[in-house]
Amino acid sequence: MVEMRGISKRFPGVLANDRVDLDVAAGSIHALLGENGAGKSTLMHILSGLYRPDSGTMKVEDRTVSFASPLDAIRAGVGMVHQHFMLVETQTVAENVVLGDRRLGFRMDPSAIRDTVAGLGRESGLDIDPDALIWQLSVGERQRVEIVKMLHRGARLLILDEPTAVLTPQEADTLFDRMRGMARAGRTLLFISHKLNEVMELAETVTVMRQGRVVDTVPKAQVSHRELVRMMVGSPVLFDVTVPPVQQGRKLLSLRSLRVENDRGHTAVDNLSLDLHQREILGVAGVAGNGQRELAEAITGLRKLQAGTIELDGFDVTGSNQRRMIDLGISWVPQDRQHTGTAPNLSIQENFDLKHYRSARRGPFLDRAGQSRRAAALLAKYRVAAAGRHQPVRLLSGGNLQKVILARELSTELRVLVAESPTRGLDVGAIQNVHELLMEQRSRGVAILLLSEDLQEVLSLSDRVAVIHSGRIMGILPRARAEADTIGMLMAGVVPEDMAT
Amino acid sequence: MTGSTASGTMPSGRLRLRLEARDQPGLLTHLAVSLLLLVAALLLAGVVMTVAGGNPLDVYRSMFGAGFGSKWGLNDTLVKMVPLTLASLGVALAFRMKMWNIGAEGQLLMGALAASGIALFAVPPDMPQWLALVLMAAAGAAGGAVWGIVPGWLRAQFGVNEIISTLMLNYVALSIVQFFVYGPWGERGFGLTPMFERNTWLPRLTEYADQWSALRGLTLHLGILAVPVAIVFLAILLNRTKFGFEIAMVGDNPDAARYAGVRLRRTMIIVMALSGALAGLAGMNEVSGVVHRLLEHISPGYGYTAIIVAWLGRFNPLAVAVVAFLFGGLIVGADEIQSAGISSLLQGVILFVMVSGNLLIRYRIRLREPETLA
Repeated sequence: MVEMRGISKRFPGVLANDRVDLDVAAGSIHALLGENGAGKSTLMHILSGLYRPDSGTMKVEDRTVSFASPLDAIRAGVGMVHQHFMLVETQTVAENVVLGDRRLGFRMDPSAIRDTVAGLGRESGLDIDPDALIWQLSVGERQRVEIVKMLHRGARLLILDEPTAVLTPQEADTLFDRMRGMARAGRTLLFISHKLNEVMELAETVTVMRQGRVVDTVPKAQVSHRELVRMMVGSPVLFDVTVPPVQQGRKLLSLRSLRVENDRGHTAVDNLSLDLHQREILGVAGVAGNGQRELAEAITGLRKLQAGTIELDGFDVTGSNQRRMIDLGISWVPQDRQHTGTAPNLSIQENFDLKHYRSARRGPFLDRAGQSRRAAALLAKYRVAAAGRHQPVRLLSGGNLQKVILARELSTELRVLVAESPTRGLDVGAIQNVHELLMEQRSRGVAILLLSEDLQEVLSLSDRVAVIHSGRIMGILPRARAEADTIGMLMAGVVPEDMAT
Repeated sequence: MTGSTASGTMPSGRLRLRLEARDQPGLLTHLAVSLLLLVAALLLAGVVMTVAGGNPLDVYRSMFGAGFGSKWGLNDTLVKMVPLTLASLGVALAFRMKMWNIGAEGQLLMGALAASGIALFAVPPDMPQWLALVLMAAAGAAGGAVWGIVPGWLRAQFGVNEIISTLMLNYVALSIVQFFVYGPWGERGFGLTPMFERNTWLPRLTEYADQWSALRGLTLHLGILAVPVAIVFLAILLNRTKFGFEIAMVGDNPDAARYAGVRLRRTMIIVMALSGALAGLAGMNEVSGVVHRLLEHISPGYGYTAIIVAWLGRFNPLAVAVVAFLFGGLIVGADEIQSAGISSLLQGVILFVMVSGNLLIRYRIRLREPETLA
């Protein structure tokens, strides 16, 4: 059905696809497996006409193709269902399905369209009421509308980008049934996933990608969980970090049976318990979207707990708000540097002071002289490359922005540091710098919770590694026993036999 | 991964305009661009006047003369400037936090209503003037504040869009004022209350004519003193206080503010209260300093003009006051030439040109050489 040869695509700073070959057999269910940033989405965006490859050739149904837009792709029979749906909320299912369809003339025949849509739904097993308004539908139903939309436009190859990411487990099961049905009816399905379980359950063939390259394409029947994990994570080269031996201190932060919901009201952190000690880095490994963000927000007081308790140094601080958690010495390096960690149009100095301004002993007034002194000192100490302390932070590079955040979070009397993907997107030198800063805090007695998708980083820095999957801790391993493929399996939600006791 | 399409090859080889971001526009850029845009707006409005059969030069000359050309004109301009500045500063304060309070008109009306209530019913004729004025100012500020708190609270608690709620509350406030001036407080159905007692009047310059004869006949009242006080108060609040810093944070990135421990809801409600209070003071000034009674048309749309003024002053207290002064002159000048619509036309055109020309401050325009395909 599809034959991609030597596909390369470069984005500023990264080679997203490096001479990728991919073959997909007609009528099969094919999985594209890999960690975040492995290049899966880029490859699929190329196949669906959203990006043009820098080099390489593509054949669809034995015809050489070159797509200038998704419209070209759908004409060739390739349709993609994105993670974020593109539907008009106030219109009906039928209207959404035919929206933008160039085959329609100026006049529409609503009842004919309704019948066509309903027919397509029945045929593919995706029952949807063509008259329902999109905003009334659940996420799972909206996804069906997207699929029917692609079928209506004549997609013979359907690409699904992490189709289960937004679904409940029940909805996911239904989706899998429908996908099998469509494959039996002769359509080809290609889905992106980083969830091992669903790949093993659904796919006939699996292509594993890592760092922009295809590691291998294998029939599912001939491969085990463990082998897939090895292909996904490779054998990570540890960072060159000196981990000075320290005497672990007393228990500082204690999380007991936390339950936290995400923005959509689903359980994101489920009955989670962790202890964090002085002079300890506890790494939490996990694929993005498994509750890390919600966990960090719960600890730092930004997100409400549905259940459970948080103790800080023996005191119950459950239910404290963000302001109090800051005052208690909980620092937080958030994952989203631009949208959470900084105010982009404010200056470096002001961003240094985002929290600290409150502690000035000047009644309602700011201590402007103190701010300037502090900013100058931090700028020098953390070697932020900037035109000066009055430069707006939006003009800083990722690495320097992170330095500003770290400078702010580490320059207080902190006891606990929650660090979310602290080196994501940084270059090697900056990464080294961040790691050294974390180690310095560890030596000073700070308890560090390191949440990261980067296995290499977690393994290099952590005294203990906890693995999170679907909001639960799958296991906690001491540094000595933390091996990449065990952790990889736990990350995928599979408990290896030798650990299941 | 970015969701957008990748940048493709340049489709055309024509010479075209390109926008290039300036790093940090300085004060000089601001001033130069603003002046340029003002001239452009006057030209544009002049074209409209010419088409309508007028001579824009004559119009501008007589307007300028009326507003700024004499002691009397200047007096009138300053009288108009007082409510305009107060209301505009209120609007600017809210805009700093990206709270789009367009309800200054309603807040002004409620302030005028509350101050009038005090003047009519709570001030005995023998009360000292200063006490009466303080009471009226407090009531005016409170009346405006309540009209700001309501939409502020709705926004903070339920996410109700404050643009809609503040706008709607303007009409509610007008109806309430109408009810009182035609109903319980009214005088023979003319839409106005009886004249207040003398001790509730803000003193006018003409009252000091015995000492300084030059002041004879000047209607400018002591409410003008509120202008520098409000400017300094706001400048300090915004630039020197912790609360002002929180406003800047919320205005730039509410998520980062929340992350930094700012109590968002509380901040929103307080800002809306202050914003409304300033507009309410404007209303008090009008009833106590200008007309000495409450009437239906106490405001010729000061609250709406304030939005334009705040925007043109780029939410900077001093700049807002300067613009308010110019707009005061514009209103006086338009009254003088007796041509209904000229004032609104100019206000509209100036805002339109300034807002669309705003990008000149942040970008410079370059001619782009034809792209050569690599």
